[in-house]
Amino acid sequence: MVSDVPSRARRMPGLAIPHRMRWPLGYTAAAVLVFLAYYYVIPNLGAGGQTFFRNWLPLTSINEALVWVICALGLNIVVGYAGLLDLGFVAFWALGGYTAGWLMSGFFHQVKIHIFGGATATVPGIHISFWLVLLIGAGFCALWGVIIGAPTLRLKSDYLALVTLGFGEIIPQVFTNGDNIGGFNLTNGSKGITPVDPIGIGSTRLGPFDLVWKYLIFVLIAAVVVFITLRLRDGRLGRAWLAIREDELAASMMGVPLMRTKLSAYAVGAVAGGLAGVAFATHVGGVLPDRFNFSISITLLAMVVLGGMGNVWGVMLGALVLAWVNSTGLPQFGSSFNEEFGTNINFPSYNFLLFGGILVLMMLFRREGILPESRTRLVLHEPSRTDMESLGADMEAPAPELDESASLKTAIAEGPVIADETGTGTGMGEKV
Amino acid sequence: MAATATSTAVPAAIDRKAVIQRYATHVILLGVAIWLGANLINSPSQFFSAGMVGLNLGMLYALIALGYTLVYGIIELINFAHGDLFMLGALFSGFLLTTVMGQEHAGVLGIVLLLVTIVGTMLFCGGINVALEFVAYRRLRRAPKLAPLITAVGMSFVLQFVGLKWNGSTPKQWPSVLPEGSFGVGKFQVDYSLLVVIAVTVPVLLLLRWVITSTRQGKAMRAVAQDQDAARLMGVSVNRTISFTFLIGGALAGTAGVMYQQVVGTTAYNLGYQLGLIAFVSAVLGGIGNIGGAVLGGLLIGLIQGFNDGLPFGFGQKWSQSVVFAILILLMVFKPEGLLGRPSTEKV
Repeated sequence: MVSDVPSRARRMPGLAIPHRMRWPLGYTAAAVLVFLAYYYVIPNLGAGGQTFFRNWLPLTSINEALVWVICALGLNIVVGYAGLLDLGFVAFWALGGYTAGWLMSGFFHQVKIHIFGGATATVPGIHISFWLVLLIGAGFCALWGVIIGAPTLRLKSDYLALVTLGFGEIIPQVFTNGDNIGGFNLTNGSKGITPVDPIGIGSTRLGPFDLVWKYLIFVLIAAVVVFITLRLRDGRLGRAWLAIREDELAASMMGVPLMRTKLSAYAVGAVAGGLAGVAFATHVGGVLPDRFNFSISITLLAMVVLGGMGNVWGVMLGALVLAWVNSTGLPQFGSSFNEEFGTNINFPSYNFLLFGGILVLMMLFRREGILPESRTRLVLHEPSRTDMESLGADMEAPAPELDESASLKTAIAEGPVIADETGTGTGMGEKV
Repeated sequence: MAATATSTAVPAAIDRKAVIQRYATHVILLGVAIWLGANLINSPSQFFSAGMVGLNLGMLYALIALGYTLVYGIIELINFAHGDLFMLGALFSGFLLTTVMGQEHAGVLGIVLLLVTIVGTMLFCGGINVALEFVAYRRLRRAPKLAPLITAVGMSFVLQFVGLKWNGSTPKQWPSVLPEGSFGVGKFQVDYSLLVVIAVTVPVLLLLRWVITSTRQGKAMRAVAQDQDAARLMGVSVNRTISFTFLIGGALAGTAGVMYQQVVGTTAYNLGYQLGLIAFVSAVLGGIGNIGGAVLGGLLIGLIQGFNDGLPFGFGQKWSQSVVFAILILLMVFKPEGLLGRPSTEKV
């Protein structure tokens, strides 16, 4: 797949870093900076600085935001790349979480299986190493992605959204009610499965306070997901996804196998969801079924939409910002606001307004997100085919966006290619 | 549908699919019939009361489903905010009847004020729905389908926020002005409140039918649903017609809100999301865009839910959602056009 892509050793004038190395270097640099800040700098700050960071930017919220990033990147493949609206993505998060719950805890006390597990060898239950569970969770979710996708992916867009929503409701309900399935306790009902084993690296185990190391692990998982996403996007499969997103009929006429391509989008997206689920289970040290509700799916969608559908870095930005606002920003802002002005406003309750407002306003005024991908912008501002044909007397104001993107496209096709900063715009000049 | 387009090349595949579909439908229907029969023989009175609960729910779902189906029929948008509109209707009904007019008991005055409340809530919800269309959906009419759908989801959250601020985060109890008690038919009991629900819902449905089939505005609605541009060329004001459709859909949701608030007596800010989804499933079951289908689907889903929750062989209330969504998924796989809808081919 990789060999299809023409060599892309483009260089920025004056900058001697090969294009393909740019994002990994930048990503590593940012990750290491944050790591150093939390490992060396912040513990040595004065009391005031420490309190500030503990209140406004605690490492837990960064770790949680990274989990959101992983999951949002998965949703980005389904919604942003393949254009299949999925309103039940929380199902994959839940499935990944329960994989961790089953395989990394003493829940199944009837058996005693230890594979490099994070518990002493005498404890009953299934205790498998975190790294293996990541793989198992990813595979399990990919399987479920195919199971959910296979019967439903031939549906039209809005029906598909509805069916995914249905699965997003059914799967958490199965987990909630799964404490007595034919007399067998599968999920421990609404009590959930706690505790989940700590992450083991070699013989050391990360306790609840080793947040910095957990941070590194989550950064690593996110990096793997980013890598997979970017490489797939440039490959044959990714170009097929984009083609389907833009015009399903034309894509199928060009020989893109619709079902297989859509199914693989589902499966790959589900893999990321599963990784996020396993990571989240270790982050909070357990799985609780009532966490997996519809608002999680919507929050993920808001992240993808806010950041810029189809652009990995946009989605990452959107996920980091929204996750932080949700977990730390809004409550902190609320408490300092209340303290300052002597009011008693419940700010966290405003997150409905915030997320709903983001979705509506972004769709009305900046459909392509904060960090748009130029190709997505083109798609989102193009009237659909039937409208184009029937545009008659009341043709709306000419779309400058369209002209701009079109001229950009020609410019790129003709002129020398300037690698853009995101590194994802490379597929643009190619004919799909 | 794209899958049909691809499989026409292989006639064998389409035959097999049709056969599977026909048999699967028959098998499922047979299974349901056996299940219902077993329940009926096991305990007739429980069957009857579960059926009454189901009928009650079904009326509610039918009213909400009509709002979905009308809007979908005319602009092909799944209005996710519709369920939350219903929730606001229930809140407004309680606010108007109990807080403003202070009516807390049954009686002749209670019925009169209930009628006033119904009209008021219809106007309130219709107004909100028109406003939503005007502010958000109208600008997105020519946008790709993903955009209005995401906007509707966002609007649903905004409305839920309004509900959260209005109702509070915990469920709220309201007094009912419906007559209490029940009367016996043979050895079965029928609640008076069910009679009131029927007495309100049936005229509303008949009125809707009259509006759509016999008035100028209804004709315009059907024309716009069929072909917007042709309708415009014939002198129909498309924008006004779509606004009118949203008004009707909102008014129906308002009626459902009053009924729910009066019969159930509890409101919560997240009420609309659950009920709205189930109502949407009803609309799809009947065939989305089809008015009679929405009513039929609503009643069926209501009965299914009533039977599932109340019968000895049912899965019980905790699986209620799963049952409804499983029906949705099966339906989507085997008969996406719904019970009364006509199979449509994707416009190319």
